[in-house]
Amino acid sequence: MGRMIRSIAGAAALVTTLCAPGAILAKDKKKEDSAAVKAARDFDKNPYPSTYKPYPGAPTALVGATVFDGAGGRIDGGTVLFADGKVVGVGGADLAIPAGYTRIDGRGKFVTPGIIDAHSHLGVYASPAVQAQSDGNEMTDPTTPEVWAEHSVWPQDPGFSRAMANGGVTALQVLPGSGNLMGGRSVTLKNVYARTIQGMKFPGAPYGLKMACGENPKRVYGAKGRMPSTRMGNFAVNREMWIKAQEYRRKRDEGKLESRDLAMETLAGVLDGEILIQNHCYKAEEMALVIDMAREAGYKVSMFHHAVEAYKIGDLLKENDICSAVWADWWGFKMEAYDAIPENAGLLYKAGACVVIHSDDENGIQRLNQEAAKAQGDARRIGIDVPDAEVIRWLTLNPAKAIGIDKLTGSLAEGKAADVVLWNGNPLSVYSRPEKVWVDGALLFDAQNPGRRPVSDFELGQSGEGDVK
Amino acid sequence: MIAPRRFASALAALLAATVAPAVAQDMAITNARLVIGDGSAPIEGGTVVVRGGKVVAAGAGVSVPAGVPVTDAGGKWVTPGLVVAVTDLGLIDVGAVDESNDEEAKKARFSAALDIAPAINPLAQPIAVSRAGGVTRAAVAPLSTASIFEGQGAVIDLGADPNAVTTARAFQYVELGEGGAELSGGSRIAAVAELRNALGEARELAAAPAGSRRDDVLLNRSDAQALVPVVTGRQPLFVHVERAADIRMALALRAEFPQLRLVIVGATEGWMVAGELAAAGVPVLATPLNDLPARFEQLGATQSNVGRMAKAGVKVSLGAFFDQPRYAPQYAGNLVALTRVPGATGLSWDQAFAAISSGPAEAIGMGDRFGSLRPGHAGDVVIWDGDPLEVTSGVLKVYIDGVEQPLSNHQTRLRDRYAKPLTSDLPKAYDW
Repeated sequence: MGRMIRSIAGAAALVTTLCAPGAILAKDKKKEDSAAVKAARDFDKNPYPSTYKPYPGAPTALVGATVFDGAGGRIDGGTVLFADGKVVGVGGADLAIPAGYTRIDGRGKFVTPGIIDAHSHLGVYASPAVQAQSDGNEMTDPTTPEVWAEHSVWPQDPGFSRAMANGGVTALQVLPGSGNLMGGRSVTLKNVYARTIQGMKFPGAPYGLKMACGENPKRVYGAKGRMPSTRMGNFAVNREMWIKAQEYRRKRDEGKLESRDLAMETLAGVLDGEILIQNHCYKAEEMALVIDMAREAGYKVSMFHHAVEAYKIGDLLKENDICSAVWADWWGFKMEAYDAIPENAGLLYKAGACVVIHSDDENGIQRLNQEAAKAQGDARRIGIDVPDAEVIRWLTLNPAKAIGIDKLTGSLAEGKAADVVLWNGNPLSVYSRPEKVWVDGALLFDAQNPGRRPVSDFELGQSGEGDVK
Repeated sequence: MIAPRRFASALAALLAATVAPAVAQDMAITNARLVIGDGSAPIEGGTVVVRGGKVVAAGAGVSVPAGVPVTDAGGKWVTPGLVVAVTDLGLIDVGAVDESNDEEAKKARFSAALDIAPAINPLAQPIAVSRAGGVTRAAVAPLSTASIFEGQGAVIDLGADPNAVTTARAFQYVELGEGGAELSGGSRIAAVAELRNALGEARELAAAPAGSRRDDVLLNRSDAQALVPVVTGRQPLFVHVERAADIRMALALRAEFPQLRLVIVGATEGWMVAGELAAAGVPVLATPLNDLPARFEQLGATQSNVGRMAKAGVKVSLGAFFDQPRYAPQYAGNLVALTRVPGATGLSWDQAFAAISSGPAEAIGMGDRFGSLRPGHAGDVVIWDGDPLEVTSGVLKVYIDGVEQPLSNHQTRLRDRYAKPLTSDLPKAYDW
């Protein structure tokens, strides 16, 4: 999916002319097409393109560590090779180390792919959390598919550095908040500070559309005396939007659009399968209804976020190939979280459904490994044994898949990005921390070298600048 | 329409709880990796003996008196129950459901006089869930009212019986810093003026034999009366401050009101004034892992805060984390993790466990009653299936005052129901 988007975005006009549905028809009527029709049909799908370029890194061999490859594999005393930003090889002690590689002794340590948080608000709800930086929820209309999270992200949020140094996070999906039914487009970032948000954007990552079920939208808009004020209102507003989007898409394909519509472009992108649905939804019955709404409208839900009742419908989620992004044990803070249980992830795993551990929190993102370990412990106590290597998948390849970057990162496999964490102990222990973090093969955090500790612009000249955090 | 039914079921549950005997018991646990909780190292092959609800002996080579029921821990970890200070346990069923939430009293006409003890609900699910996580005692504070004085908190136990409150009106809680500024009119200046005036009025009231007052007082009599034990040092004053300068300002209050028994809560920048805190001998209940400049008053945040304060001799323990009390061991474990991070300062395992047991007990003035397994302390004991600070570990048994506690709750009942196949010959509603 990621690559498809990139190719479309890279040559939008060409691809649209040659391949888009209705292109033949449009070509036949070329003379009749007004400038407005062309603008609405042949628009640039990637107008704020990523300018991220990997930083230089030395060819590196991590030797002797326990390797969790992110795809469920485990190698004791393993060897991981990377160079030029890519993983070159993953194997046992017998894997030959080419000349010119810097050798790092990993004995007694652990290696995983970079941790991926599929649900973050870093940058859009930055620290300090003052009103002037509260940019995550455009709560002036219940459906705002036209807004893009990347236009709110502050690339100097100190939270990015903590996520790397304490959590080993190398990539994250930043989402709009859940005040709206359709909150806007997400953006997937490399966890690498840059002067611009374009400099952080993950090249080739597809967009997501944040949607939200339940209490939040109906509370926000009910309080304003407008629809939706109920759960049934939530669905009605969503369905009306999807009907409009279907109509928009039909007109687009017939060359009949007269003007651009940012909201509809996002929804049509969902119906085209180019934009992934990331749906905040706590409760079992609402997730089941959303699955039917998606079928009715003609799209697929990529992942339910928060999903505290996913354990009640593990069979349905597996059948529909939908991931569940969950906390280990957040509970009871609102009515729709009252049936949350710590065994949620374990029961989903047992049902064969896709499990993702997410944070939704600038502190939780620093401890996703611990959250996964808690879920593992709670599963074990009811007789569900989830091997460590599978638990690591909940933090790496599974979130990569759910946000559409699994061909690029998320596991240690030859040719994929060298997004790598060397941990000073088993990451599924409270006592372990990242020792070194590489993004695309560049060493961007080193616990033993303060010079490899990112400090955002905001923190310069402040108390504790450059302090170990 | 549903209210009467809800009342009836609550009543039934209350009656059930009342029927269960709440008597203190005798018990002993042997063959334990025994943690006393006072900062000392775990004892292999340890034994703890509880009689009449209190610890009578704990350690290696302790013999169990005849007639005391014995549980063999099989080498597992046995610790005192966890003590969590500054929580909302018992005040809330569901945070975002206003009707079930007694933490907030934004429109209250009283401030310092507010006494939360009568509102504590021993049957609230958060108490049951926290109990199943090994938490046995808590200092419950009102956290959000209409004044910088949030009111008088209580110390509770988490036992499955109707008598939750150990000590009512155990402390007064005052909000300073950014929060206090907002509550008092928009500035720290206003908050300090309000605080000094209130303590002054309380002192005048304390000195007036007939309880007579000036005619230009600002506090109503109840609020002023409630501050008399604070200003005379009979009731601790918990002060929530984060910024280094605000901590200094709080400490300086004692120059004007020398009898104040301060406890600093929050203290994100405590490491920057660690020497002064240590010299003052003031206990600190620090939010454990703040490392972000979440507010301008927290610019110096670092996870090494607690470790640096401890190293400087501050009486620091963990509290005020404003989420689930059962996370206490995870927070403590993270501070141990810091001891292996170059340049960071953490706590030893023994210090870290004490920071969630005897430490907070001492900070809330209960150090002689619970928080460790020293003789004379309450028989609050937890048996764990692994290292209690490790995130993969869980709780096997909990005793409060020597009484073994039920560990089931809404969550465990859901778990038991949904751990079985999702479909069967009857709907899930018939499986209970």
